[in-house]
Amino acid sequence: MQLSVWTYEGPPHIGAMRVATGMRDVHYLLHAPQGDTYADLLFTMIERRGKRPPVTYTTFQARDLGKDTAELFQSAARDAVARFKPAAMLVGASCTAELIQDDPAGMAQAMRLDIPVIPLELPSYSRKENWGASETFYQIVRALAVGDSSRPAPCQAGSPRPKANLLGPSALGFRHRDDIVEIAKILAALGVEINVTAPLGASAADIARIGEADFNIVLYPEIADTAARWLERNFRQPFTRTTPIGHGATIDFIHEVAKLAGVDPSPALDIAEARMPWWSRSVDSTYLTGKRVFIFGDATHAIAAARVARDELGFVVCGLGCYNREFARDLRAAAADHGVEPLITDDHLEVEEAIAAAHPELVLGTQMERHIAKRLSIPCAVISAPVHVQDFPARHSPQMGFEGANVLFDSWVHPLVMGLEEHLLTMFRDDFEFHDGAGASHLHGSAPKAVPLPDQATGRGGSEPLGEPATAAAASPPPTPSLAAGQDGELLERTLWTAEAEAELKKIPFFVRGKARRNTERYAEERGLASISLDTLYDAKAHYAR
Amino acid sequence: MIAAAPPVLDQGCASAPVLRERGQREVFCGLTGIVWLHRKMPDAFFLVVGSRTCAHLLQSAAGVMIFAEPRFATAIIEERDLAGLADANEELDRVVRRLLARRPEIRTLFLVGSCPSEVIKLDLARAAQRLAGAFLPDVRIVNYSGSGIETTFTQGEDACLASLVPFMPEPAAGAEPELLIVGALPDIVEDQLVRLVRDLGITRVSCLPARQSRDLPAVGPNTRFLLAQPFLGDTAQALEDRGAVHLSAPFPFGAEGTTDWLHAAARAFGVDEMHFRATVAPGRERAKRALEHSRAQLEGKSIFFLPDSQLELPLARFLHRELGMVPVEVGTPYLHRAHMAAELAQLPEATVISEGQDVDRQLDRVRAAKPDITVCGLGLANPLEAEGFTTKWAIELVFSPIHGFDQAGDLAELFARPIRRRDVLRV
Repeated sequence: MQLSVWTYEGPPHIGAMRVATGMRDVHYLLHAPQGDTYADLLFTMIERRGKRPPVTYTTFQARDLGKDTAELFQSAARDAVARFKPAAMLVGASCTAELIQDDPAGMAQAMRLDIPVIPLELPSYSRKENWGASETFYQIVRALAVGDSSRPAPCQAGSPRPKANLLGPSALGFRHRDDIVEIAKILAALGVEINVTAPLGASAADIARIGEADFNIVLYPEIADTAARWLERNFRQPFTRTTPIGHGATIDFIHEVAKLAGVDPSPALDIAEARMPWWSRSVDSTYLTGKRVFIFGDATHAIAAARVARDELGFVVCGLGCYNREFARDLRAAAADHGVEPLITDDHLEVEEAIAAAHPELVLGTQMERHIAKRLSIPCAVISAPVHVQDFPARHSPQMGFEGANVLFDSWVHPLVMGLEEHLLTMFRDDFEFHDGAGASHLHGSAPKAVPLPDQATGRGGSEPLGEPATAAAASPPPTPSLAAGQDGELLERTLWTAEAEAELKKIPFFVRGKARRNTERYAEERGLASISLDTLYDAKAHYAR
Repeated sequence: MIAAAPPVLDQGCASAPVLRERGQREVFCGLTGIVWLHRKMPDAFFLVVGSRTCAHLLQSAAGVMIFAEPRFATAIIEERDLAGLADANEELDRVVRRLLARRPEIRTLFLVGSCPSEVIKLDLARAAQRLAGAFLPDVRIVNYSGSGIETTFTQGEDACLASLVPFMPEPAAGAEPELLIVGALPDIVEDQLVRLVRDLGITRVSCLPARQSRDLPAVGPNTRFLLAQPFLGDTAQALEDRGAVHLSAPFPFGAEGTTDWLHAAARAFGVDEMHFRATVAPGRERAKRALEHSRAQLEGKSIFFLPDSQLELPLARFLHRELGMVPVEVGTPYLHRAHMAAELAQLPEATVISEGQDVDRQLDRVRAAKPDITVCGLGLANPLEAEGFTTKWAIELVFSPIHGFDQAGDLAELFARPIRRRDVLRV
């Protein structure tokens, strides 16, 4: 048994629901107890869908066990087919139904329905959501595309333009909706026709003609890899290996697609909207150099993010990990490339420990890392599922392609700018223009409350409700003027500094002053110096200079 | 101000036929009760023994709360646990030991059964006894089932409270009669109701659950209990088995409901009628004034309840009697006839009362009836809105303070707001 509060992935039947819900005329009959319908609200609330997921739950209860769950299953199947008239039906069991002895596949096949019935074996006690989605998509492709595979070879010759399938986008996928739009733009520029996009938006008939494409574009390997490999074997369709997340990866992707399609890549390469490279080279971005970033998510997004972070923003990757073991090998390779230990775990406590130990200046992760970063007061941006409702935005916000790279730049740099802003405000808190009583300069209503800067050292526990900044100030060490009288523990340390050196230290800009103090003290300690003089300060500076 | 009740010539829906349906149910399982129960009992921990699905459900239901060092978790059964039962028991003991070592402040540990643990017949009751030996007196270990195959949504609270009844102490010999208020209420609501009861002159009053899980009130033949929530059939039965007497009353929603509920206690404890009226008058008047705000929006509007929490019948009664709404169909996952008698009698005769669900057929009835507002779960709310129906998502009614005089206005507003929003939007 595994003790768990948070899970990065749901059970595998949730993955099957993501595939079914993404498609148009496929219905999923799920043998499941009362209560498993909770999963519907992931789609209706988080993704804000205006339709119920195409799932019928048999809803067995305790009193049904041991007698008529099979009958329940068959009547649910009949009702679902009559009501929804699907073109194909998936049948499977949720975790509880897996434990009872009914056989959904056998029962459904025995009914001889006049639509294809695709049985799903999703082992709930050893596999998870992504695996379930991947397996479901594979089974659908296998069942429906096979029926139409009498032709000997892919029909490359018959097509006036090269054709490709877009594989992997599904319901409840992180930015899948908008990624498709960006990839379509690239393919249009290359003159490549999209044969089928699946599972998102595809019908059973679309799947049946999936073999008509010349090659496959795998957008999300977590969902499409198994199906793409099968199509490669059975329909001789090669597939892309590059995930076009980031500017460089998009360029690589265009070259890869152009090669598979046998076309000239250049029309797609100079799409005018690629602003990310210039934004990143502009001087305002210089302060991003060397920022330590911790990256965690699904393997595809994490690996892509690491490349963007290092090569396109000039960050240093100080941690890299993923929660889906299926792609652990790829992640290990990427981690080795960045010179960090790979973190492959689905235990959020382990991730939290790793983040705390790495001391990053930015965290890129899932919803969970967002909360961890909040707790540790580290800026953070979301790069991967699982995500909450705000990461299914109304506006266009892809991760892939050139516009995706623009989005990445904005969404990753934004929390850092915010972080710097907050830092500046804290630093200037004692400044006459910025003290707590001054209020915001653009809000006249709350401007100067005629409160003199309170003596924060004794301000603790006052009965007045303090604003948050004031409370924070009360909890932090007293400001500089009271240093002379300092607290006992600090007094010893402070005496190391000569007055002259201390005065010089205060001339150093505040945002590097703390680092200068620490470095100088470490330098003095390592050399056993009794006091820190002006020379020590500059010796240390020279020593740590790079 | 409030419309006069329809003359009580008939018995409303008291003896009306109930439409019983069976099919797909779009409801939560009892595990969901943990999400509010753990906040009511801050020294208790809820350990679900179940699958990844159970953990995923709790995560989805608890939303953002999951990060505030929650006092619930799931021991996820894995493939190797299914290999043999002895192994699963050892695993469970290991998980419990690890958990209690990390959380020494926990005083009560609930081992909560789920569908998978029930189906593989993992004996959690025995596990609780086995572990009790190791952890008493520091930690009491209690077992109940919140599985979907046995419980629907709020029935999880019923199962939890019923599991506590055997641990309630005996009252001292010859003790005075005592009033027990049963059902988890938000603290502020509980305080209001207890204050009113004390003002009536009933000074010996306690609540189940208590705010400290080990602070259980006594129960015996001198106990008179009022149900604050309509979904507590098993708990009521367990209390009656210990000799306690149930005070039959409508549930305390709205000015009328709260008055009648308090009146049941007043009568049982021999409170003077004049004193009763004087005591409840200010709150009752405040409630009626507060209801006026929503009345214009709600009066004459039709409402359709899909089954969810068993709160449907009392809420339909409140909306009908105090705000003039017209209930079309009131669905409930489970109908306890005795506890609901007072509610049923106050619903208009034409109301369809349904128990259980076949969700697709019920949605057909919603479409045919075209109600002004439909109360349903979050899995159905947006799809119905997309079809042009105005909805009120039901779960909020379980999490918001809605009982008693001073919440009556807020309760009405919960139903008025979606209608107002429908009217103001120009998109």
